[in-house]
Amino acid sequence: MSCDALSDKLTGYLDGELAPRDVEEVEVHLRRCVTCGARVERERRLRRAVQTELTPLQAPEPLRARLRTAIQSEVTPARRRWVPAWAAAAAALVIGLAGGWRLASRQGERGPASTLAMEVVAGHVRSLQERHLTDIESSEHHTVKPWFAGRLDFSPPVPDFAARGYPLAGGRLDYLGERQVAALVYRRRQHVINLFVWPSAAPAAAASSASERGYHVVSGTAGGMTYWAVSDLNAAELGQFAQLVANELHGGSAGS
Amino acid sequence: MEPLNAIAGNSRSRGGVLDAATAARFEQTALPHLDAAYTLARHLLRNEQDAEDAVQEAFLRAIRHFDGYRGGDMRAWVLTIVRRSCYTWLRRHRGERETTEFDETIHHAPAAVEDPEAQALHGALREALAQAIAELPVEFREVVVLRDVQGLSYGEIAEVVGIPIGTVMSRLSRARQRLQRALPIEDYRRN
Repeated sequence: MSCDALSDKLTGYLDGELAPRDVEEVEVHLRRCVTCGARVERERRLRRAVQTELTPLQAPEPLRARLRTAIQSEVTPARRRWVPAWAAAAAALVIGLAGGWRLASRQGERGPASTLAMEVVAGHVRSLQERHLTDIESSEHHTVKPWFAGRLDFSPPVPDFAARGYPLAGGRLDYLGERQVAALVYRRRQHVINLFVWPSAAPAAAASSASERGYHVVSGTAGGMTYWAVSDLNAAELGQFAQLVANELHGGSAGS
Repeated sequence: MEPLNAIAGNSRSRGGVLDAATAARFEQTALPHLDAAYTLARHLLRNEQDAEDAVQEAFLRAIRHFDGYRGGDMRAWVLTIVRRSCYTWLRRHRGERETTEFDETIHHAPAAVEDPEAQALHGALREALAQAIAELPVEFREVVVLRDVQGLSYGEIAEVVGIPIGTVMSRLSRARQRLQRALPIEDYRRN
């Protein structure tokens, strides 16, 4: 076997990757061929130099962290067919009403704010009735907030009110009118609070509250965001919750 | 490369593709090969930022195909996807980076040497080797990196690159010949 024909196999021999039959063929040749012996030796030294000098690289920590976040953001069932145990009572109450709650579309008789209030309540009821409360279920602000990145054209504030007795349950995408909004879900005992937020160029406005179809609704504008909180929770506590939201938004945390 | 957020957001209207258990399994089995993935991407693309983008895109692709992954060598699977992302990038930017870019970090990868004089010698050798490898045509470069930097077997390299084992061997042989012509043998000797 000529040296040229064996050239590739010399590499395989050096790397210990040859079949035994080929190993024998190479060794027979090397016993009589000084040139190929020298070639193998040079290649062995080159290989060792590369192995020693070019160690594998470490991926930068920020890259690793971004990937972890990306993995987490992929974890969302398309639609959940259940509500958490704590919200079961609220959901049952909605189901128990006349089946097929319909949003009355008497837009001509009411002003835009009332229409929006009706839509907010409809969104709240739908989230319970369809058992689609959250796309991302977590009580961690650090998990919920980044989940919205890439899914909304704005970054919603996701305040943490657990210390005040209004723990976060998660978030989802929702629609009000033509606009895609963030829906943040909070708890108060067994009550579900849906907090809808979206950016607004309107000036800051004090919260206004209303009652719609037996649900309480509080809304306002602060820190560049319009917020609507809706719940079957009593008006006083929902107002307290809304005040926390307004303070948080005023505090400049919006978009952070 | 698309930014990470755009990749994550635009493939479906609502919700994700994994349950929590699968995501955890992915993190446990695939993420350990991030360093290997990054190493390959850095050598193929010769640029830190491009390599990061390619690795991000590759891992997102890997997540979405994870349900279809039926076992086998996870490292090889990850590297296959990363290599494909890198080649996509290379095709897209053909001609933009014709000259070898001097990738500082590859040339100054840490080495466990205490003697400063030996360190200087090591540094020069490392730079020379890194430069020679960076100048190899990509199909030669990748087999050298996969074998001599990352220690994959011929069989694993064949799987990642998608060529027969015999071709791995001949390509590696020719790649090492080219490196030797670029760096005369005296340079490998250490005092």
